[in-house]
Amino acid sequence: MNVRGELKKSFQISAWFMFLTFPILVIRVNTVENVIEWRWYNMAIVGVSTFLGSALWRYLLSVKEKSQRINAASPGNMTSFQKAFSDKRFFYPALFILIGFVISFPFLFSMYQANIMITALIYVMLGLGLNIVVGLAGLLDLGYVAFYAVGAYSYGLLNFHFGLGFWTTLPIAAILAALAGILLGYPVLRLRGDYLAIVTLGFGEIIRLVLENWGEFSHGPSGIANIPRPSLLGIDMTLTQNTIFTYFVMIGLVLFTIFVVNRLQNSRIGRAWIALREDEIACQAMGIDRTRTKLTAFALGATWAGMGGVVFAAKTTFINPASFTIWESVIILCIVVLGGMGSILGVISGALVLTLLPEYLRAFSEYRMLIFGIMLVSMMVFRPEGIIRNVRRTYTFSKE
Amino acid sequence: MEPVLEVNSLTMDFGGLRAIDQLNLRVMPSEIVALIGPNGAGKTTFFNCITGIYTPSAGDIFLSVNGRRERLNGLKPNRVTQKGIARTFQNIRLFQNMTVLENVMIGRHCRTSSGILGAIFRDRRTRLEEEKVVSDSYKILEKIGLDRFVNELAMNLPYGAQRRLEIARALATEPFLLLLDEPAAGMNQKETQELDELIVNIRDTENISILLIEHDMKLVMRISDRIYVVDYGKKIARGNPLEIQRNPAVIKAYLGEDPDA
Amino acid sequence: MDWEYFLELLLGGLTRGSIYALIALGYTMVYGIIELINFAHGEIYMIGAFTALIVASVLNYAGMNHVAVAILAMVAAIIYSCAYGFAIEKIAYKPLRNAPRLSALISAIGMSLFLQNYVLLAQTPDFLPFPSLIPDFDFWEPYAHIISSQEIAILATTVSVMILLTVMIKFTIIGKAMRATAQDRIMAALVGVDINRVISVTFVVGSATAAIGGVLIASHVGQINFYIGFIAGIKAFVAAVLGGIGSIPGAVLGSLVLGWTESFFTGYISSDYEDVFAFLFLVLILIFRPSGILGRSETQKV
Repeated sequence: MNVRGELKKSFQISAWFMFLTFPILVIRVNTVENVIEWRWYNMAIVGVSTFLGSALWRYLLSVKEKSQRINAASPGNMTSFQKAFSDKRFFYPALFILIGFVISFPFLFSMYQANIMITALIYVMLGLGLNIVVGLAGLLDLGYVAFYAVGAYSYGLLNFHFGLGFWTTLPIAAILAALAGILLGYPVLRLRGDYLAIVTLGFGEIIRLVLENWGEFSHGPSGIANIPRPSLLGIDMTLTQNTIFTYFVMIGLVLFTIFVVNRLQNSRIGRAWIALREDEIACQAMGIDRTRTKLTAFALGATWAGMGGVVFAAKTTFINPASFTIWESVIILCIVVLGGMGSILGVISGALVLTLLPEYLRAFSEYRMLIFGIMLVSMMVFRPEGIIRNVRRTYTFSKE
Repeated sequence: MEPVLEVNSLTMDFGGLRAIDQLNLRVMPSEIVALIGPNGAGKTTFFNCITGIYTPSAGDIFLSVNGRRERLNGLKPNRVTQKGIARTFQNIRLFQNMTVLENVMIGRHCRTSSGILGAIFRDRRTRLEEEKVVSDSYKILEKIGLDRFVNELAMNLPYGAQRRLEIARALATEPFLLLLDEPAAGMNQKETQELDELIVNIRDTENISILLIEHDMKLVMRISDRIYVVDYGKKIARGNPLEIQRNPAVIKAYLGEDPDA
Repeated sequence: MDWEYFLELLLGGLTRGSIYALIALGYTMVYGIIELINFAHGEIYMIGAFTALIVASVLNYAGMNHVAVAILAMVAAIIYSCAYGFAIEKIAYKPLRNAPRLSALISAIGMSLFLQNYVLLAQTPDFLPFPSLIPDFDFWEPYAHIISSQEIAILATTVSVMILLTVMIKFTIIGKAMRATAQDRIMAALVGVDINRVISVTFVVGSATAAIGGVLIASHVGQINFYIGFIAGIKAFVAAVLGGIGSIPGAVLGSLVLGWTESFFTGYISSDYEDVFAFLFLVLILIFRPSGILGRSETQKV
């Protein structure tokens, strides 16, 4: 390797970034006290980190180029992680430990931890739902949060007006979200991929803005308070007991989601979604109805967001439009992209990493969205298939 | 006997450009018909009109199977496939990240019916249907000679095998008429020879009529029953291989004004 | 009917539309060349405004002459926006040029998210007052309630930028290369057009117009924060799609139509749903006429 050439490149890039970030990172104007703050240390940080970062960047690009030539994408080539996972001697004990951990979690840790875990599990569910739309069917939906809002507001409003409980609303919200998916999906699904992304983003924002402005319907920006927590046969529960209960409700819902999504994925419908993602024209030429297939993906994806919304409303007991911004959709997209589009295990790990890390690394939480942004770009550049690659199912045949 | 495919004065305009001009074409049951002509003559556009990707500007397309004659104009591509016309693509359009078997299983989609609830609950009917889809698809792969690749991703197949997989996938839709768009493009001589046998074999064993676009004249002359020659969207000749080889209009279209050049 | 109010709304819509046009140009040019919705384009505009604010403040404290401050701030904003536009393309889009479109789009969203939070963390999450770079001329005072001198400056700048851009695309070599690349990238490369250079230039030019728009609107509105790029970006994108994405006159026309519609809608009906309206517009155009007013409808190649 040409060390001098590489050093020179890194120096140039480092100098370029110091120039680029100079006004915004170094100078800060305090317009109240009319003073200017010069933060030269930021320039030093940028210089050093881009010097190292650009070398890493070039190294990763060259690695990626090499691996593309070898093309390790055949289903026989699983990652070591996946191999370990499919080894029964390893799999069963691991599963056993995992189940033990999941069951004992709320008793071992504080309520604060349990609450964080509930949030993480909601994101697992949202991630798995969006994964149907983005990962399997290849439709970039940037308005997914709208269905989450539909779920949350269904519970909030149905409870407020008619006193409906958590368990009654859960299926209703799922159905309403699915209907909303069909309603919003129908007119836009003919659009090409990038337009679809923008239109769904538009729909998501429209729903949020309507919730904010249509006070008589949604109670406006102040939102709906005093939403009851999940109930169990009318038993009175303390806050702690209820949190533990909600945790197990969420575990149950996530297991249900995994079960359904896994079955859908390996079915006639699931195959049609993937084929649609791979090549729309060829897919239609194989006799698959494009609109119908897209609509089922949209509706079935929305269903989970609807249910997630109900749990969210029940957990926080308060909802307002501020929880349903476009960036929420982007976070869920990050989960799917990081984990691995189309891979259930990938999406679960993506959701846990992205929701738990910022909680436990407090210093990191301020930089959360910044890092998500970097992550989206670098995942697309270096590993578009995500942490865990979706492995296709294999079949064995005996020759007769 | 009634033709399987009957195209009457089909015209296709793109803005001011007439890509196909009053084209008539017939394909009889179990016939292999070739559509040849210089690049840009409108052959692929013709396929796109038949399969519903484009809506023709004028003219009629009829498909007759089992004594029923249906007009195909304006049907969506998936409906056309359902009626019994399958196709391959000139620039291979496989589902790259799916396995070879799954590619063929997609072809079975329009002949199966299990839905969302079936997928979730996996009832007996769905399970049986799924098993049948797998075994049918495997049989097609065996027939086409791709069974050793079943679990490979489509993108990892050698080029010739990808072309064959396109044919396998099209066959899985149980067509009465198969449209092949340059099936031999980029193949070596041995592969072309095998393809030649495969196409004839499909016609003989499955009773499927075949309409193909091809530039490899040896292949066309060997297997076609009849040939249509088009240039600038117009039909300039029609006949059996011998007639076409002797037709002065065809020679002119292929070699230009001066045959010595 | 109150004609003065109508005139005010008409001119207000015109100003609004010109700003959208300055941003929409970047979207439309980039889309014309690499078929990518540059999600981070709104952020370029925001960074332009921030750079201008910082430079203007520093120079103001140094006691520099007002006109010099305005010019230098504008120049700095343009330079920095161009630099960011250039860098973004190299980092987030160039490695993905042959990847599926969805990948590039996700990368663009990531870039947008990154830049917003970069400015948020490096500067402030709050609104900052933006100095008025364009003075209110005294002689214009009697008419200022209908159209302010700020607005006139905006219109004049927009028109000049449009003329310059048209000249550049019609008559310069790089302009011809851009048009060739937009028609057929592979063919252009075969006849010797340096595609990488054309793409870079496109990003740089688009960023420059966005920076001009950013500084003008910030000076007109009087405050900025890290989030202004997002809404402005979306609206400019709506305008570009409305006019027919890929078409430069289309972007201008679409921007004016959107500017006027918004202006009259908020002026006569309600300002509550101002932003809903832009999105609704977007959804309706994409559904009923995805090729826009001046766009050519494209036939899918099979």
